[in-house]
Amino acid sequence: MKRRSLWSWIVLVLAILYFGLPLLGTVDFSMKMRRGVYSLDAYWAVLGDPRFQATFLYSVVMACMTIVVGVLLVVPTAYWVRLKLPRWRPVIEFITMLPLVIPAIVIVFGYIRLYNTSSWLPLTGSALGTDALLTLGYTTLALPYMYRAVDTGLRTIDVATLTEAAESLGAGWITVMWRVILPNVLVAVLSGAFLTFAIVIGEFTMAALLNRPAFGPYLQLVGANRAYEPAALAVIAFAITWICMGLIQLVTRLQKHTMRV
Amino acid sequence: MTTAITPAEAGAAAPARRSARVSFAWLGIVPFMAFALLFLIVPTLQIVIGAFRDQDGAFTFANVLHLFQPSILSAYWISIRISVASALLGCVAGFFIAAAVSIGNLPRWMRGPVMTFSGVASNFAGVPLAFAFLATFGRLGLVTVLLRDWFGVNIYAMGFNILSFSGLTLTYLFFQIPLMVLIVTPAIDGLKREWREAAVILGASTPQYWRMVALPILWPTLLGTFALLFANAFGAVATAFALTGSSLSIVPILLFAQIRGDVLQDPHLGYALALGMIVLTGIANGIYIVTRSRAERWIK
Repeated sequence: MKRRSLWSWIVLVLAILYFGLPLLGTVDFSMKMRRGVYSLDAYWAVLGDPRFQATFLYSVVMACMTIVVGVLLVVPTAYWVRLKLPRWRPVIEFITMLPLVIPAIVIVFGYIRLYNTSSWLPLTGSALGTDALLTLGYTTLALPYMYRAVDTGLRTIDVATLTEAAESLGAGWITVMWRVILPNVLVAVLSGAFLTFAIVIGEFTMAALLNRPAFGPYLQLVGANRAYEPAALAVIAFAITWICMGLIQLVTRLQKHTMRV
Repeated sequence: MTTAITPAEAGAAAPARRSARVSFAWLGIVPFMAFALLFLIVPTLQIVIGAFRDQDGAFTFANVLHLFQPSILSAYWISIRISVASALLGCVAGFFIAAAVSIGNLPRWMRGPVMTFSGVASNFAGVPLAFAFLATFGRLGLVTVLLRDWFGVNIYAMGFNILSFSGLTLTYLFFQIPLMVLIVTPAIDGLKREWREAAVILGASTPQYWRMVALPILWPTLLGTFALLFANAFGAVATAFALTGSSLSIVPILLFAQIRGDVLQDPHLGYALALGMIVLTGIANGIYIVTRSRAERWIK
């Protein structure tokens, strides 16, 4: 038994080295912009860059739009499949897993061919159309995570009884969704939403190929032209991912508490 | 009790009765299906069909056959090598970490942080990850400099380069290992105590227990996760692009350049390139799905 824990500690120390060193290296490098001393110059340079502010804001807006579209699409579908079409579940689940099989670059390649200016639906012809296309593309990327989160949330509640109860009190379809189902799966929806945010905020491939001024392509541009700023941006991006995961943990824990009470 | 049963019965019976009366229930998934068709399935089919068409729209195998030229074959070969190497190392390292956390007698409180960090790191891919590894293992990176100044080891003189096969594999491991940890920890948790005790009573040593009991049970999970990690690495564009620009010719970068119109003249060759990616990641994910259903027989 002693030997087993020694062996576990060795594994853990190696893991901490592998995962810790790049983080340490990035933080270290990001503070070396001024010669000889540690400073936050690179961070100020990044945060003061108007293109940083513009692209970051753009990606935040895209992430929020993606979350809204994703929730509107996934929650009613997952609910309906559980309630009325259980036989369709494997089909829907299979479709939601497809974005893990088909690389994002292939999907966006298809978009460019299918929705270009000379097609039946010329979405890429205008900035607004391309933004809409990018939102839907991000919804596709987030689909596996969002669907899984919501479906797991629905599993823990008795969908049929809740619906019947609400309907017998005179609730319509929208009331059932908005005031009964959504509050009950709110934690699952929030988990999916934060994960979506983490995925969308730094996404590169789709935004770059659709030529939109998003945060991901900006990161790549800075990386190709600057020395210290990329490291500062990596630290910021890592912090955002941490915050998203932290929020997921937080809402999950809060739910456990309220359930126990 | 009878009063409690009645509403539940009503709840169970009512939807069945209603769907028998009006069978328009399928209308509820029309928006989802329309979305999936328009923004997932049709765009992909467009690429797949395009791979078998020539400029005039006639059926042809020429595009797919054009893949078999040295520059593209070598791109596929290096992509496959990176994906296999990072998936294999990711599986092995992730397995050891998961085993340490699950059955390794570590303090219980350590499990939570390890799993949370795995969730973070498995989602920390793309451009920022490339920056982090450049700042660490680049020519002026922390580890490179420390190894040189403290130990006199110059990893770049030894043939290491962050912009190469080994560098890219090392970088991909940062999201591959955590993904493995997330998937395999529940599987190792599912190994029952009784199995180990039974093996020990029958005189099995620890290596024998692992070789003859635990690994055969975990095998489908391990193989499936390997396939998943392979697909994960194979489709990754952003990390590689930010790390190497277009200096390392792997399939996603070749396709990226092709879509931007830089490299290949023939757009239909781009379709064929993409088709190759779909086929490879499709096979890998097919293995994952099949093995996962097998794995669930034992681990509940």
